[in-house]
Amino acid sequence: MELLKGRGWNFGDNMDTDAIVSGRFLDAPVEEAARHVFESIRPGFVDEVREGDVIVAGANFGCGSSRESAPEALKTLGIGCVVAESFGRIFFRNAIAIGLPAMVCAGVSERFNDGDTARVDVEKATVENLASGSSFAAEPLSGEMLLILESGGIMEVLKSMMGEER
Amino acid sequence: MAMTSAESILARASGSEKVEPGEYVSAVIDKAMCNEGFAAVFMNLGAAGVKRIQDPGRVIVIMDHYVPAPTERAATIHQLVRTGVEQLGITKFYDGRHGIAHQVMMEEGHVLPGELIVGTDSHTCTYGALGAASCGIGFSEMAYVLATGRLWFRIPETMRFLLSGALAPPLSSKDVMLKIAGDHSAEMAQYKSLEFSGEGAREMSVEARMTMSNMAVELGAKFCFFETDEKAEAWLAEKCGGGCEPLVFDKKAPVSSTYEMDLSALEPQVSLPHTVDNVKAISLLERTEVQQAILGSCTNGRLEDLRLAAGILAGRKVHPGVRLLVIPASWKVYRQAMEEGTLGTIIAAGGVILNPGCGPCFGAHGGLLGPGERCISSTNRNFKGRMGSDQAEVYLASPATVAVSAVAGYIADPRDM
Ligand code: SF4
Repeated sequence: MELLKGRGWNFGDNMDTDAIVSGRFLDAPVEEAARHVFESIRPGFVDEVREGDVIVAGANFGCGSSRESAPEALKTLGIGCVVAESFGRIFFRNAIAIGLPAMVCAGVSERFNDGDTARVDVEKATVENLASGSSFAAEPLSGEMLLILESGGIMEVLKSMMGEER
Repeated sequence: MAMTSAESILARASGSEKVEPGEYVSAVIDKAMCNEGFAAVFMNLGAAGVKRIQDPGRVIVIMDHYVPAPTERAATIHQLVRTGVEQLGITKFYDGRHGIAHQVMMEEGHVLPGELIVGTDSHTCTYGALGAASCGIGFSEMAYVLATGRLWFRIPETMRFLLSGALAPPLSSKDVMLKIAGDHSAEMAQYKSLEFSGEGAREMSVEARMTMSNMAVELGAKFCFFETDEKAEAWLAEKCGGGCEPLVFDKKAPVSSTYEMDLSALEPQVSLPHTVDNVKAISLLERTEVQQAILGSCTNGRLEDLRLAAGILAGRKVHPGVRLLVIPASWKVYRQAMEEGTLGTIIAAGGVILNPGCGPCFGAHGGLLGPGERCISSTNRNFKGRMGSDQAEVYLASPATVAVSAVAGYIADPRDM
Protein backbone atom coordinates (compact mmCIF):
# COMPACT_ATOMS: atom_id res chain seq x y z
CA MET A 1 0.00 0.00 0.00
CA GLU A 2 1.23 3.49 -0.79
CA LEU A 3 2.08 6.01 1.93
CA LEU A 4 -0.81 8.23 3.02
CA LYS A 5 -0.17 11.91 3.59
CA GLY A 6 -2.56 14.65 4.60
CA ARG A 7 -3.48 17.37 7.07
CA GLY A 8 -4.27 16.04 10.52
CA TRP A 9 -7.46 16.94 12.38
CA ASN A 10 -7.25 16.46 16.10
CA PHE A 11 -10.31 15.08 17.87
CA GLY A 12 -10.64 14.24 21.54
CA ASP A 13 -11.79 11.12 23.35
CA ASN A 14 -15.08 9.25 22.97
CA MET A 15 -16.13 10.58 19.55
CA ASP A 16 -19.25 8.47 19.22
CA THR A 17 -20.90 7.29 16.03
CA ASP A 18 -23.89 9.59 16.64
CA ALA A 19 -21.48 12.54 16.49
CA ILE A 20 -20.10 11.27 13.19
CA VAL A 21 -23.48 10.42 11.63
CA SER A 22 -26.59 11.32 13.60
CA GLY A 23 -29.45 8.81 13.81
CA ARG A 24 -31.48 11.26 11.74
CA PHE A 25 -29.48 10.33 8.65
CA LEU A 26 -29.38 6.59 9.12
CA ASP A 27 -31.91 5.94 6.37
CA ALA A 28 -30.42 8.62 4.11
CA PRO A 29 -27.90 8.11 1.29
CA VAL A 30 -24.33 8.36 2.57
CA GLU A 31 -23.66 11.48 0.46
CA GLU A 32 -26.38 13.25 2.45
CA ALA A 33 -25.14 11.92 5.80
CA ALA A 34 -21.59 13.00 4.90
CA ARG A 35 -22.68 16.64 4.70
CA HIS A 36 -23.52 16.57 8.42
CA VAL A 37 -20.47 14.83 9.87
CA PHE A 38 -19.51 16.20 13.34
CA GLU A 39 -22.21 18.85 12.99
CA SER A 40 -23.21 18.72 16.65
CA ILE A 41 -19.69 19.00 18.05
CA ARG A 42 -17.65 20.80 15.39
CA PRO A 43 -19.94 22.72 13.05
CA GLY A 44 -18.30 23.67 9.76
CA PHE A 45 -15.94 20.67 9.71
CA VAL A 46 -17.35 19.37 6.42
CA ASP A 47 -16.51 22.65 4.67
CA GLU A 48 -12.90 22.65 5.81
CA VAL A 49 -11.95 19.04 5.27
CA ARG A 50 -10.00 18.12 2.12
CA GLU A 51 -9.22 14.97 0.15
CA GLY A 52 -6.56 12.93 1.91
CA ASP A 53 -6.93 14.56 5.35
CA VAL A 54 -6.28 12.38 8.38
CA ILE A 55 -8.27 12.22 11.58
CA VAL A 56 -6.10 11.95 14.68
CA ALA A 57 -8.23 11.08 17.66
CA GLY A 58 -8.05 10.18 21.31
CA ALA A 59 -9.45 7.10 22.98
CA ASN A 60 -12.57 5.21 21.94
CA PHE A 61 -13.07 6.86 18.54
CA GLY A 62 -16.27 5.66 16.91
CA CYS A 63 -17.73 4.12 20.05
CA GLY A 64 -21.43 3.32 19.92
CA SER A 65 -23.51 2.07 17.07
CA SER A 66 -22.75 -0.45 14.33
CA ARG A 67 -23.66 2.09 11.65
CA GLU A 68 -21.33 1.57 8.72
CA SER A 69 -22.31 5.00 7.49
CA ALA A 70 -19.94 6.47 10.12
CA PRO A 71 -16.68 5.40 8.44
CA GLU A 72 -18.36 5.62 5.04
CA ALA A 73 -19.29 9.26 5.55
CA LEU A 74 -15.71 10.04 6.59
CA LYS A 75 -14.41 8.30 3.48
CA THR A 76 -16.96 10.13 1.33
CA LEU A 77 -15.62 13.43 2.72
CA GLY A 78 -12.16 12.42 1.52
CA ILE A 79 -10.62 11.34 4.84
CA GLY A 80 -7.72 9.08 3.90
CA CYS A 81 -7.03 7.48 7.26
CA VAL A 82 -8.14 7.53 10.89
CA VAL A 83 -5.50 7.25 13.60
CA ALA A 84 -6.61 6.99 17.22
CA GLU A 85 -5.42 5.96 20.67
CA SER A 86 -8.17 3.33 20.53
CA PHE A 87 -11.35 2.63 18.59
CA GLY A 88 -14.85 1.42 19.29
CA ARG A 89 -14.43 -2.09 17.90
CA ILE A 90 -17.32 -2.07 15.42
CA PHE A 91 -16.21 1.26 13.95
CA PHE A 92 -12.73 -0.20 13.55
CA ARG A 93 -14.05 -3.32 11.78
CA ASN A 94 -16.34 -1.25 9.58
CA ALA A 95 -13.54 1.12 8.60
CA ILE A 96 -11.36 -1.77 7.43
CA ALA A 97 -14.37 -3.41 5.76
CA ILE A 98 -15.10 -0.36 3.62
CA GLY A 99 -11.43 0.24 2.82
CA LEU A 100 -10.70 3.16 5.16
CA PRO A 101 -7.38 2.54 6.97
CA ALA A 102 -7.73 2.75 10.76
CA MET A 103 -4.63 2.60 12.93
CA VAL A 104 -4.41 2.21 16.70
CA CYS A 105 -1.54 4.40 17.82
CA ALA A 106 -0.70 5.19 21.45
CA GLY A 107 0.31 8.73 22.35
CA VAL A 108 -0.53 10.20 18.98
CA SER A 109 -3.40 12.52 19.91
CA GLU A 110 -1.36 14.59 22.36
CA ARG A 111 1.31 15.28 19.77
CA PHE A 112 -0.84 16.55 16.91
CA ASN A 113 -2.30 19.99 16.24
CA ASP A 114 -4.96 20.69 13.66
CA GLY A 115 -3.23 21.22 10.34
CA ASP A 116 0.00 19.30 11.12
CA THR A 117 0.82 17.03 8.20
CA ALA A 118 0.49 13.35 8.97
CA ARG A 119 2.26 10.59 7.05
CA VAL A 120 0.98 7.07 7.59
CA ASP A 121 2.52 3.82 6.45
CA VAL A 122 -0.28 1.33 6.90
CA GLU A 123 1.78 -1.74 6.10
CA LYS A 124 4.71 -0.85 8.36
CA ALA A 125 2.29 0.57 10.96
CA THR A 126 4.02 3.89 11.48
CA VAL A 127 2.55 7.36 11.88
CA GLU A 128 4.62 10.54 11.56
CA ASN A 129 3.88 14.15 12.36
CA LEU A 130 5.89 15.94 9.67
CA ALA A 131 5.33 19.32 11.33
CA SER A 132 7.03 18.34 14.57
CA GLY A 133 9.18 15.52 13.26
CA SER A 134 7.82 13.04 15.78
CA SER A 135 6.99 9.49 14.79
CA PHE A 136 4.90 6.79 16.41
CA ALA A 137 4.57 3.04 16.17
CA ALA A 138 1.01 1.91 15.50
CA GLU A 139 -0.43 -1.57 16.07
CA PRO A 140 0.20 -3.64 12.93
CA LEU A 141 -2.85 -4.83 10.99
CA SER A 142 -3.28 -8.53 10.23
CA GLY A 143 -2.58 -9.94 6.77
CA GLU A 144 -6.29 -10.36 6.08
CA MET A 145 -7.01 -6.75 7.10
CA LEU A 146 -4.25 -5.48 4.78
CA LEU A 147 -5.65 -7.59 1.95
CA ILE A 148 -9.12 -6.11 2.52
CA LEU A 149 -7.69 -2.56 2.51
CA GLU A 150 -5.61 -3.19 -0.60
CA SER A 151 -8.63 -4.61 -2.41
CA GLY A 152 -10.66 -1.51 -1.54
CA GLY A 153 -12.91 -3.17 1.03
CA ILE A 154 -14.41 -6.53 1.97
CA MET A 155 -17.05 -6.26 -0.78
CA GLU A 156 -14.28 -6.12 -3.38
CA VAL A 157 -12.76 -9.23 -1.79
CA LEU A 158 -16.14 -10.92 -2.05
CA LYS A 159 -16.55 -9.83 -5.67
CA SER A 160 -13.25 -11.38 -6.66
CA MET A 161 -14.16 -14.58 -4.78
CA MET A 162 -17.39 -14.72 -6.77
CA GLY A 163 -15.46 -14.12 -9.98
CA GLU A 164 -13.18 -17.07 -9.19
CA GLU A 165 -16.17 -19.34 -8.59
CA ARG A 166 -17.71 -18.59 -11.95
CA MET B 1 -6.51 -26.80 28.21
CA ALA B 2 -7.81 -23.84 30.20
CA MET B 3 -9.58 -21.30 28.00
CA THR B 4 -11.87 -18.37 28.62
CA SER B 5 -15.39 -18.41 27.15
CA ALA B 6 -14.33 -16.22 24.23
CA GLU B 7 -11.29 -18.39 23.54
CA SER B 8 -13.12 -21.70 23.72
CA ILE B 9 -15.96 -20.54 21.45
CA LEU B 10 -13.65 -18.94 18.86
CA ALA B 11 -11.34 -21.99 18.98
CA ARG B 12 -14.27 -24.29 18.31
CA ALA B 13 -15.62 -22.05 15.53
CA SER B 14 -12.25 -21.80 13.82
CA GLY B 15 -11.31 -25.46 14.20
CA SER B 16 -8.32 -24.71 16.43
CA GLU B 17 -7.31 -26.61 19.53
CA LYS B 18 -6.09 -23.56 21.38
CA VAL B 19 -6.12 -19.84 20.67
CA GLU B 20 -4.39 -16.94 22.43
CA PRO B 21 -5.48 -13.32 22.89
CA GLY B 22 -4.23 -11.17 20.02
CA GLU B 23 -4.32 -14.06 17.54
CA TYR B 24 -6.47 -13.76 14.39
CA VAL B 25 -8.76 -16.57 13.26
CA SER B 26 -11.31 -17.20 10.54
CA ALA B 27 -14.42 -18.51 12.28
CA VAL B 28 -17.62 -20.18 11.10
CA ILE B 29 -20.65 -18.13 12.11
CA ASP B 30 -23.49 -20.06 13.80
CA LYS B 31 -26.21 -17.42 13.42
CA ALA B 32 -26.52 -14.07 11.71
CA MET B 33 -29.09 -11.49 12.82
CA CYS B 34 -30.10 -8.58 10.61
CA ASN B 35 -32.43 -5.70 11.37
CA GLU B 36 -33.46 -3.20 8.65
CA GLY B 37 -29.76 -3.15 7.79
CA PHE B 38 -30.63 -6.27 5.81
CA ALA B 39 -31.74 -3.96 2.98
CA ALA B 40 -28.14 -2.70 2.63
CA VAL B 41 -26.79 -6.24 3.07
CA PHE B 42 -29.06 -7.46 0.26
CA MET B 43 -27.91 -4.62 -2.01
CA ASN B 44 -24.28 -5.44 -1.20
CA LEU B 45 -24.84 -9.11 -2.06
CA GLY B 46 -26.43 -8.11 -5.36
CA ALA B 47 -23.53 -5.79 -6.19
CA ALA B 48 -21.05 -8.60 -5.49
CA GLY B 49 -22.95 -10.98 -7.75
CA VAL B 50 -24.04 -13.30 -4.91
CA LYS B 51 -27.33 -14.99 -5.87
CA ARG B 52 -27.42 -17.69 -3.23
CA ILE B 53 -26.34 -17.32 0.38
CA GLN B 54 -24.41 -19.94 2.25
CA ASP B 55 -27.12 -21.10 4.67
CA PRO B 56 -30.46 -19.24 4.82
CA GLY B 57 -31.39 -21.34 7.88
CA ARG B 58 -28.77 -19.55 9.98
CA VAL B 59 -30.08 -16.09 9.14
CA ILE B 60 -32.72 -14.27 11.19
CA VAL B 61 -34.16 -10.99 9.92
CA ILE B 62 -36.09 -8.81 12.37
CA MET B 63 -37.37 -5.34 11.50
CA ASP B 64 -37.37 -3.12 14.57
CA HIS B 65 -35.76 0.27 14.03
CA TYR B 66 -38.46 1.94 11.94
CA VAL B 67 -41.71 0.21 12.89
CA PRO B 68 -44.28 1.10 11.85
CA ALA B 69 -42.55 3.01 9.06
CA PRO B 70 -42.47 6.69 10.11
CA THR B 71 -41.42 7.95 6.67
CA GLU B 72 -41.78 6.96 3.05
CA ARG B 73 -38.04 6.32 2.97
CA ALA B 74 -38.35 3.83 5.82
CA ALA B 75 -41.31 2.13 4.15
CA THR B 76 -39.22 1.72 1.01
CA ILE B 77 -36.40 0.16 3.03
CA HIS B 78 -38.94 -2.29 4.49
CA GLN B 79 -40.06 -3.24 1.00
CA LEU B 80 -36.48 -3.97 0.02
CA VAL B 81 -36.04 -6.12 3.14
CA ARG B 82 -39.13 -8.18 2.20
CA THR B 83 -37.89 -8.63 -1.36
CA GLY B 84 -34.46 -9.73 -0.14
CA VAL B 85 -35.85 -12.18 2.41
CA GLU B 86 -38.02 -13.75 -0.28
CA GLN B 87 -35.28 -13.93 -2.92
CA LEU B 88 -32.67 -15.40 -0.61
CA GLY B 89 -35.06 -17.92 0.92
CA ILE B 90 -34.84 -16.70 4.51
CA THR B 91 -37.69 -18.17 6.55
CA LYS B 92 -36.88 -16.78 10.00
CA PHE B 93 -38.33 -13.37 9.21
CA TYR B 94 -40.09 -11.08 11.70
CA ASP B 95 -41.88 -8.41 9.75
CA GLY B 96 -41.98 -5.50 12.17
CA ARG B 97 -44.58 -6.46 14.71
CA HIS B 98 -42.60 -8.77 16.97
CA GLY B 99 -40.43 -6.30 18.79
CA ILE B 100 -36.82 -5.28 19.20
CA ALA B 101 -34.46 -7.72 17.52
CA HIS B 102 -32.41 -8.60 20.60
CA GLN B 103 -35.49 -9.42 22.66
CA VAL B 104 -37.02 -11.42 19.79
CA MET B 105 -33.78 -13.39 19.27
CA MET B 106 -33.78 -14.40 22.93
CA GLU B 107 -37.53 -15.01 23.17
CA GLU B 108 -37.88 -17.08 20.03
CA GLY B 109 -35.11 -19.47 21.01
CA HIS B 110 -32.60 -18.34 18.39
CA VAL B 111 -29.80 -17.99 20.95
CA LEU B 112 -28.00 -21.03 22.38
CA PRO B 113 -25.06 -21.19 24.81
CA GLY B 114 -21.64 -21.45 23.15
CA GLU B 115 -22.81 -20.18 19.76
CA LEU B 116 -20.98 -17.53 17.74
CA ILE B 117 -23.55 -14.98 16.62
CA VAL B 118 -23.09 -11.74 14.69
CA GLY B 119 -25.71 -9.05 14.11
CA THR B 120 -25.99 -5.75 12.27
CA ASP B 121 -26.48 -3.95 15.57
CA SER B 122 -24.05 -2.99 18.30
CA HIS B 123 -26.22 -4.42 21.09
CA THR B 124 -26.01 -7.93 19.63
CA CYS B 125 -23.79 -8.59 22.67
CA THR B 126 -27.07 -9.00 24.64
CA TYR B 127 -27.11 -12.75 23.89
CA GLY B 128 -24.22 -13.32 26.26
CA ALA B 129 -26.92 -13.52 28.94
CA LEU B 130 -27.44 -17.07 27.67
CA GLY B 131 -23.75 -17.77 27.11
CA ALA B 132 -23.43 -17.00 23.40
CA ALA B 133 -20.44 -15.14 21.95
CA SER B 134 -22.28 -12.40 20.12
CA CYS B 135 -21.28 -9.03 18.73
CA GLY B 136 -22.19 -6.36 16.22
CA ILE B 137 -20.77 -5.94 12.73
CA GLY B 138 -21.55 -3.68 9.76
CA PHE B 139 -23.48 -4.28 6.54
CA SER B 140 -20.50 -5.06 4.31
CA GLU B 141 -19.15 -7.64 6.73
CA MET B 142 -22.64 -9.10 7.08
CA ALA B 143 -22.87 -9.51 3.31
CA TYR B 144 -19.54 -11.35 3.46
CA VAL B 145 -20.84 -13.55 6.30
CA LEU B 146 -24.03 -14.45 4.44
CA ALA B 147 -22.08 -15.26 1.29
CA THR B 148 -19.24 -17.25 2.86
CA GLY B 149 -20.44 -18.29 6.33
CA ARG B 150 -17.23 -17.01 7.93
CA LEU B 151 -15.57 -13.90 9.32
CA TRP B 152 -12.18 -12.93 10.76
CA PHE B 153 -11.89 -12.39 14.50
CA ARG B 154 -9.15 -11.31 16.84
CA ILE B 155 -9.11 -13.29 20.06
CA PRO B 156 -9.94 -10.84 22.87
CA GLU B 157 -8.52 -10.74 26.36
CA THR B 158 -11.00 -11.40 29.15
CA MET B 159 -12.01 -9.39 32.21
CA ARG B 160 -13.66 -11.25 35.02
CA PHE B 161 -16.21 -9.66 37.35
CA LEU B 162 -17.04 -11.38 40.62
CA LEU B 163 -20.32 -10.02 41.92
CA SER B 164 -21.13 -10.61 45.57
CA GLY B 165 -24.20 -9.71 47.58
CA ALA B 166 -27.70 -9.10 46.28
CA LEU B 167 -29.19 -5.88 44.94
CA ALA B 168 -31.54 -4.19 47.40
CA PRO B 169 -34.90 -3.48 45.70
CA PRO B 170 -35.78 -1.31 43.84
CA LEU B 171 -32.25 -1.35 42.42
CA SER B 172 -31.64 -3.37 39.30
CA SER B 173 -28.84 -4.62 37.10
CA LYS B 174 -28.91 -1.34 35.15
CA ASP B 175 -27.53 0.39 38.25
CA VAL B 176 -24.68 -2.14 38.31
CA MET B 177 -23.61 -1.40 34.73
CA LEU B 178 -23.89 2.36 35.18
CA LYS B 179 -21.78 2.07 38.33
CA ILE B 180 -19.10 0.10 36.47
CA ALA B 181 -19.09 2.65 33.61
CA GLY B 182 -18.84 5.55 36.07
CA ASP B 183 -16.09 3.99 38.17
CA HIS B 184 -13.95 2.87 35.26
CA SER B 185 -14.91 4.55 31.94
CA ALA B 186 -16.74 3.89 28.70
CA GLU B 187 -13.71 2.11 27.38
CA MET B 188 -12.60 0.08 30.36
CA ALA B 189 -13.39 -3.12 28.48
CA GLN B 190 -12.26 -1.86 25.06
CA TYR B 191 -11.99 -4.88 22.81
CA LYS B 192 -12.25 -7.24 25.78
CA SER B 193 -14.60 -10.06 26.66
CA LEU B 194 -16.45 -9.87 29.99
CA GLU B 195 -17.35 -12.77 32.26
CA PHE B 196 -19.77 -12.10 35.11
CA SER B 197 -19.99 -14.64 37.91
CA GLY B 198 -20.49 -14.94 41.65
CA GLU B 199 -23.55 -14.88 43.87
CA GLY B 200 -24.67 -11.51 42.52
CA ALA B 201 -24.73 -12.84 38.96
CA ARG B 202 -26.50 -16.04 39.96
CA GLU B 203 -29.17 -14.05 41.78
CA MET B 204 -30.02 -12.10 38.64
CA SER B 205 -32.86 -13.21 36.40
CA VAL B 206 -32.09 -13.90 32.73
CA GLU B 207 -33.83 -10.59 31.96
CA ALA B 208 -31.52 -8.72 34.35
CA ARG B 209 -28.52 -10.45 32.76
CA MET B 210 -29.73 -9.30 29.36
CA THR B 211 -29.58 -5.70 30.60
CA MET B 212 -26.01 -6.31 31.77
CA SER B 213 -24.89 -7.92 28.49
CA ASN B 214 -26.72 -5.26 26.50
CA MET B 215 -24.75 -2.51 28.25
CA ALA B 216 -21.42 -4.34 27.81
CA VAL B 217 -20.83 -2.55 24.50
CA GLU B 218 -21.12 0.76 26.39
CA LEU B 219 -17.93 -0.30 28.19
CA GLY B 220 -16.32 -1.08 24.84
CA ALA B 221 -16.62 -4.85 25.25
CA LYS B 222 -16.74 -7.28 22.36
CA PHE B 223 -18.51 -10.14 24.16
CA CYS B 224 -20.17 -10.51 27.54
CA PHE B 225 -20.88 -13.84 29.19
CA PHE B 226 -22.99 -15.33 31.95
CA GLU B 227 -22.84 -19.04 32.75
CA THR B 228 -25.66 -21.35 31.78
CA ASP B 229 -27.12 -22.07 35.23
CA GLU B 230 -30.59 -23.34 36.19
CA LYS B 231 -32.16 -19.96 35.41
CA ALA B 232 -30.68 -19.94 31.91
CA GLU B 233 -31.66 -23.57 31.44
CA ALA B 234 -35.24 -22.86 32.47
CA TRP B 235 -35.34 -20.02 29.91
CA LEU B 236 -33.91 -22.27 27.18
CA ALA B 237 -36.32 -25.09 28.04
CA GLU B 238 -39.26 -22.74 27.65
CA LYS B 239 -38.09 -21.02 24.45
CA CYS B 240 -36.49 -23.84 22.51
CA GLY B 241 -36.95 -27.09 24.38
CA GLY B 242 -33.58 -26.95 26.15
CA GLY B 243 -31.11 -29.82 26.05
CA CYS B 244 -28.25 -27.50 25.06
CA GLU B 245 -24.63 -27.86 26.06
CA PRO B 246 -24.18 -25.34 28.91
CA LEU B 247 -21.48 -22.66 28.96
CA VAL B 248 -19.37 -23.07 32.09
CA PHE B 249 -16.54 -20.67 32.94
CA ASP B 250 -13.10 -22.20 33.21
CA LYS B 251 -11.82 -20.58 36.39
CA LYS B 252 -8.26 -21.69 35.61
CA ALA B 253 -8.11 -19.77 32.33
CA PRO B 254 -5.82 -16.74 32.64
CA VAL B 255 -7.61 -13.38 32.31
CA SER B 256 -6.25 -9.86 31.93
CA SER B 257 -7.94 -8.52 35.07
CA THR B 258 -10.41 -9.43 37.78
CA TYR B 259 -12.79 -7.08 39.58
CA GLU B 260 -14.84 -7.66 42.69
CA MET B 261 -18.04 -5.81 43.38
CA ASP B 262 -20.45 -5.95 46.31
CA LEU B 263 -23.95 -5.32 44.96
CA SER B 264 -25.58 -4.92 48.36
CA ALA B 265 -23.67 -1.66 48.90
CA LEU B 266 -24.91 -0.05 45.69
CA GLU B 267 -27.17 3.00 45.43
CA PRO B 268 -29.17 4.04 42.36
CA GLN B 269 -26.99 5.47 39.60
CA VAL B 270 -27.67 8.07 36.92
CA SER B 271 -25.63 8.69 33.78
CA LEU B 272 -25.52 12.40 32.91
CA PRO B 273 -25.24 13.89 29.42
CA HIS B 274 -23.51 13.22 27.07
CA THR B 275 -21.50 10.09 27.77
CA VAL B 276 -22.60 6.86 29.39
CA ASP B 277 -19.69 6.98 31.86
CA ASN B 278 -20.60 10.43 33.21
CA VAL B 279 -22.23 8.77 36.20
CA LYS B 280 -23.33 10.01 39.64
CA ALA B 281 -24.94 8.25 42.56
CA ILE B 282 -28.46 9.63 42.75
CA SER B 283 -27.88 11.21 46.18
CA LEU B 284 -25.20 13.45 44.66
CA LEU B 285 -27.39 14.68 41.83
CA GLU B 286 -28.72 18.23 41.95
CA ARG B 287 -32.44 18.70 41.38
CA THR B 288 -32.88 18.02 37.67
CA GLU B 289 -36.29 18.58 36.12
CA VAL B 290 -37.36 16.41 33.19
CA GLN B 291 -39.97 16.83 30.47
CA GLN B 292 -39.88 13.25 29.21
CA ALA B 293 -39.36 9.83 30.73
CA ILE B 294 -38.76 6.73 28.65
CA LEU B 295 -39.26 3.25 29.95
CA GLY B 296 -38.33 0.57 27.47
CA SER B 297 -35.86 -0.40 24.73
CA CYS B 298 -33.70 -3.51 24.37
CA THR B 299 -32.01 -2.46 27.60
CA ASN B 300 -34.97 -2.23 29.96
CA GLY B 301 -38.28 -2.94 28.24
CA ARG B 302 -38.87 -6.42 29.61
CA LEU B 303 -41.66 -7.72 31.83
CA GLU B 304 -39.78 -7.38 35.10
CA ASP B 305 -38.90 -3.78 34.18
CA LEU B 306 -42.52 -2.90 33.37
CA ARG B 307 -43.75 -4.63 36.52
CA LEU B 308 -41.26 -2.75 38.68
CA ALA B 309 -42.37 0.55 37.15
CA ALA B 310 -46.05 -0.33 37.46
CA GLY B 311 -45.52 -1.13 41.14
CA ILE B 312 -44.23 2.41 41.62
CA LEU B 313 -46.87 4.06 39.42
CA ALA B 314 -49.84 2.24 40.98
CA GLY B 315 -52.17 4.77 42.56
CA ARG B 316 -49.94 7.69 41.53
CA LYS B 317 -50.03 10.15 38.63
CA VAL B 318 -47.34 11.07 36.16
CA HIS B 319 -46.32 14.71 36.74
CA PRO B 320 -48.31 17.02 34.42
CA GLY B 321 -45.09 18.45 32.98
CA VAL B 322 -43.74 15.00 32.02
CA ARG B 323 -44.49 12.72 29.08
CA LEU B 324 -44.00 9.12 30.17
CA LEU B 325 -43.45 6.92 27.11
CA VAL B 326 -43.42 3.17 27.61
CA ILE B 327 -41.97 0.88 24.94
CA PRO B 328 -42.28 -2.84 25.67
CA ALA B 329 -39.32 -4.74 24.19
CA SER B 330 -41.54 -7.15 22.24
CA TRP B 331 -45.10 -8.06 21.39
CA LYS B 332 -44.87 -11.01 23.77
CA VAL B 333 -43.89 -8.65 26.57
CA TYR B 334 -46.62 -6.22 25.48
CA ARG B 335 -49.33 -8.88 25.46
CA GLN B 336 -48.38 -10.41 28.76
CA ALA B 337 -48.09 -7.00 30.42
CA MET B 338 -51.51 -6.16 29.01
CA GLU B 339 -53.15 -9.41 30.09
CA GLU B 340 -51.82 -9.27 33.62
CA GLY B 341 -52.83 -5.62 34.09
CA THR B 342 -49.35 -4.11 34.22
CA LEU B 343 -50.04 -1.83 31.25
CA GLY B 344 -53.43 -0.86 32.71
CA THR B 345 -51.69 0.38 35.85
CA ILE B 346 -49.20 2.40 33.82
CA ILE B 347 -51.94 3.89 31.63
CA ALA B 348 -54.04 4.79 34.68
CA ALA B 349 -51.05 6.73 35.99
CA GLY B 350 -50.83 8.65 32.72
CA GLY B 351 -48.18 6.68 30.82
CA VAL B 352 -48.41 6.39 27.03
CA ILE B 353 -47.74 2.93 25.60
CA LEU B 354 -45.91 2.88 22.25
CA ASN B 355 -45.55 -0.11 19.98
CA PRO B 356 -42.57 -2.40 20.53
CA GLY B 357 -39.55 -1.27 18.54
CA CYS B 358 -36.62 1.09 18.74
CA GLY B 359 -38.70 4.27 18.44
CA PRO B 360 -37.01 7.32 19.98
CA CYS B 361 -34.07 5.36 21.44
CA PHE B 362 -31.81 6.21 18.51
CA GLY B 363 -33.50 9.46 17.55
CA ALA B 364 -35.50 8.39 14.52
CA HIS B 365 -39.15 8.72 15.51
CA GLY B 366 -41.85 8.43 18.14
CA GLY B 367 -41.00 10.73 21.04
CA LEU B 368 -38.06 12.92 20.15
CA LEU B 369 -36.78 15.83 22.24
CA GLY B 370 -36.80 19.53 21.43
CA PRO B 371 -33.97 21.99 22.20
CA GLY B 372 -33.41 22.42 25.94
CA GLU B 373 -35.56 19.45 26.89
CA ARG B 374 -34.43 16.80 29.32
CA CYS B 375 -35.31 13.13 29.36
CA ILE B 376 -34.75 10.42 31.94
CA SER B 377 -34.47 7.17 30.07
CA SER B 378 -34.00 3.47 30.70
CA THR B 379 -32.22 3.12 27.32
CA ASN B 380 -28.48 2.60 26.91
CA ARG B 381 -27.03 5.71 25.25
CA ASN B 382 -27.10 9.42 26.01
CA PHE B 383 -24.81 10.72 23.27
CA LYS B 384 -25.41 14.30 22.20
CA GLY B 385 -28.33 14.42 19.78
CA ARG B 386 -29.13 10.73 20.31
CA MET B 387 -32.82 11.35 20.95
CA GLY B 388 -33.61 14.40 18.84
CA SER B 389 -32.21 17.89 19.28
CA ASP B 390 -28.48 18.43 19.79
CA GLN B 391 -29.53 20.82 22.55
CA ALA B 392 -31.52 18.19 24.43
CA GLU B 393 -30.17 16.13 27.32
CA VAL B 394 -30.63 12.43 28.02
CA TYR B 395 -30.05 10.97 31.49
CA LEU B 396 -29.82 7.19 31.81
CA ALA B 397 -31.14 5.26 34.78
CA SER B 398 -32.93 2.11 35.91
CA PRO B 399 -36.65 1.47 35.31
CA ALA B 400 -37.43 2.28 38.96
CA THR B 401 -35.64 5.64 38.76
CA VAL B 402 -37.43 6.45 35.49
CA ALA B 403 -40.85 5.66 37.00
CA VAL B 404 -40.26 7.65 40.18
CA SER B 405 -38.90 10.61 38.22
CA ALA B 406 -41.92 10.59 35.90
CA VAL B 407 -44.10 11.09 38.97
CA ALA B 408 -41.85 13.63 40.68
CA GLY B 409 -41.13 15.76 37.60
CA TYR B 410 -37.43 15.68 38.41
CA ILE B 411 -34.85 12.89 38.70
CA ALA B 412 -35.78 11.27 41.99
CA ASP B 413 -34.52 8.47 44.21
CA PRO B 414 -36.68 5.35 43.87
CA ARG B 415 -35.79 4.34 47.44
CA ASP B 416 -37.78 7.33 48.73
CA MET B 417 -41.07 6.06 47.35
S1 SF4 C 1 -33.82 -0.21 21.28
FE1 SF4 C 1 -32.23 1.35 20.98
S2 SF4 C 1 -30.31 0.39 21.57
FE2 SF4 C 1 -31.83 -1.24 21.30
S3 SF4 C 1 -31.56 -1.95 19.19
FE3 SF4 C 1 -33.13 -0.37 19.17
S4 SF4 C 1 -32.04 1.58 18.75
FE4 SF4 C 1 -30.52 0.05 19.37
